[in-house]
Amino acid sequence: MTQRVLSIEDKLYRNRYKVDEESHLWIKDPKMCLRCPFDFACIRVCPTDVYKWEENKITITYDACVECGACRIACYDVGWKNPKGGFGISYKYG
Amino acid sequence: MEEKFDSVVVGAGPAGIAAAYTMAKAGLKVLVLEKGERPGAKNMFGGIIFRHHTEKLAPEFWKTAPVERHVVEYQYWFLSKDSHLLLSHRNQKFNGQYNAFTVHRAKFDPWFAKLAEDAGAVIINRTTVDDLLVQDGTILGVKTERGDIRADVVIAADGVNSMLAKQAGIREELPQDAVVLAVKEVIAIPKQRIEERFNLGTDEGVAALLVGWGPGMHAGFMYTNRDTISIGIAVNMRDLDKSKQRPNVLFEQFKNHPSIAPLIKEGELKEYSAHLIPEGGYDYVANIYTDGMLVVGDAAMLVNAVNWEGTNLAMTSGIIAGETVIEAKKKNDFSSRTLKKYRERLEESFVLKDLKKYRGIPEFFSSNPDFFTVYPEALNELFYMWHVVDDEFKADRIKRMKATLFKRRSRINLIRDFYHLWRLFS
Repeated sequence: MTQRVLSIEDKLYRNRYKVDEESHLWIKDPKMCLRCPFDFACIRVCPTDVYKWEENKITITYDACVECGACRIACYDVGWKNPKGGFGISYKYG
Repeated sequence: MEEKFDSVVVGAGPAGIAAAYTMAKAGLKVLVLEKGERPGAKNMFGGIIFRHHTEKLAPEFWKTAPVERHVVEYQYWFLSKDSHLLLSHRNQKFNGQYNAFTVHRAKFDPWFAKLAEDAGAVIINRTTVDDLLVQDGTILGVKTERGDIRADVVIAADGVNSMLAKQAGIREELPQDAVVLAVKEVIAIPKQRIEERFNLGTDEGVAALLVGWGPGMHAGFMYTNRDTISIGIAVNMRDLDKSKQRPNVLFEQFKNHPSIAPLIKEGELKEYSAHLIPEGGYDYVANIYTDGMLVVGDAAMLVNAVNWEGTNLAMTSGIIAGETVIEAKKKNDFSSRTLKKYRERLEESFVLKDLKKYRGIPEFFSSNPDFFTVYPEALNELFYMWHVVDDEFKADRIKRMKATLFKRRSRINLIRDFYHLWRLFS
């Protein structure tokens, strides 16, 4: 196990989520991403690979989010709010 | 919900529950709103809770609370690529008078919340607060998806990402260099094997801090639980951004370090989590009170990273906030005239006294990342040279060791670094 590098998907599979239909993350001004001044910090700092650059825009896999807030600290164009009550990550250990 | 509460506490973590318990015990009408499906569901830390301050709310809590192990040993690891230097302190006094306990927050927090509930506080889970309820500049309560809730005082215990402090206009977005991103795994390993690997007796635990493996200001951490190990990395957000490295990649490199991998081998991953830690210190503790609202715990940036303390600052801020509201209730004055007492009392307590004492330290380490990179590597090199046995004369060896050290850091800089460090602590 230690020699095998686990992918983020492998890891997130162990987590418990209650997924909302609506995203709690969004990009405030998608036009800004086309000339991203932060070298795609949202993609880089996210520990769960929520952000991807696909077809000239940022896509958000919000159901993988563990609500740490790193993306919001890295870029002010990230819109971030708490998921609705009971939704999102639900740690069993923490 | 038409009824009005004396206080509505947002967030059922250690700070919020300490406040709710304090107020409920004094007969105040208290409501706690938790966004998770139960207390602890959104919470992650290293980590350890501390006996001394937890006992102020729950004497001898370890007899009934879901704690994992009491810490008997504190380890400081200085890593280089393929070696480590370990400084470790184990003390039997920690078996006599417990000092700290490793816990899983998803298990401990619900137990802790029950204290407040038993004292009469109402806890409602699965409820996210969307905004403050404000009228003519006065905070009257909170807006939730279940409706508005009115209270004399709102206690913002909503964690490092506090939306309420921002909505109240008393805090800006956290600057990158004042926050640390922590990423953690809980790895299941049979109890007996943990005790063998870490040389522990039943219920005994280890808390470890590891530097020297990552970019800029960083640390690894490792805590032994009953039959799991909490292992993780913590990297300053600015340094992480600058390094262009991915947190998960850094984490995997850290876990596969030849000194670390054997400790977690054949373990089974149980959970992968991430959280921010507000480590900016005293100068980032902004306004923590305003008319009708107090800010506690991580939301108020109350973390002492130097001594690995957080939950104890959270609990203490919660208690003092609770007591401030009790006093405000007596005077029937919930304006900052009365609530400023909270800040004054925190300044008098270890919470802000300690952070004030350390006020230059976050900035010092943040602008001198060599302590996390150059020094650990140099130490490992020196210890290696000291122990290699061959034909080299010791006079030459010592000369070479000095040269190795001064190549990494000039004499002047070495003296300057440690002089500054000394000054910061004295």
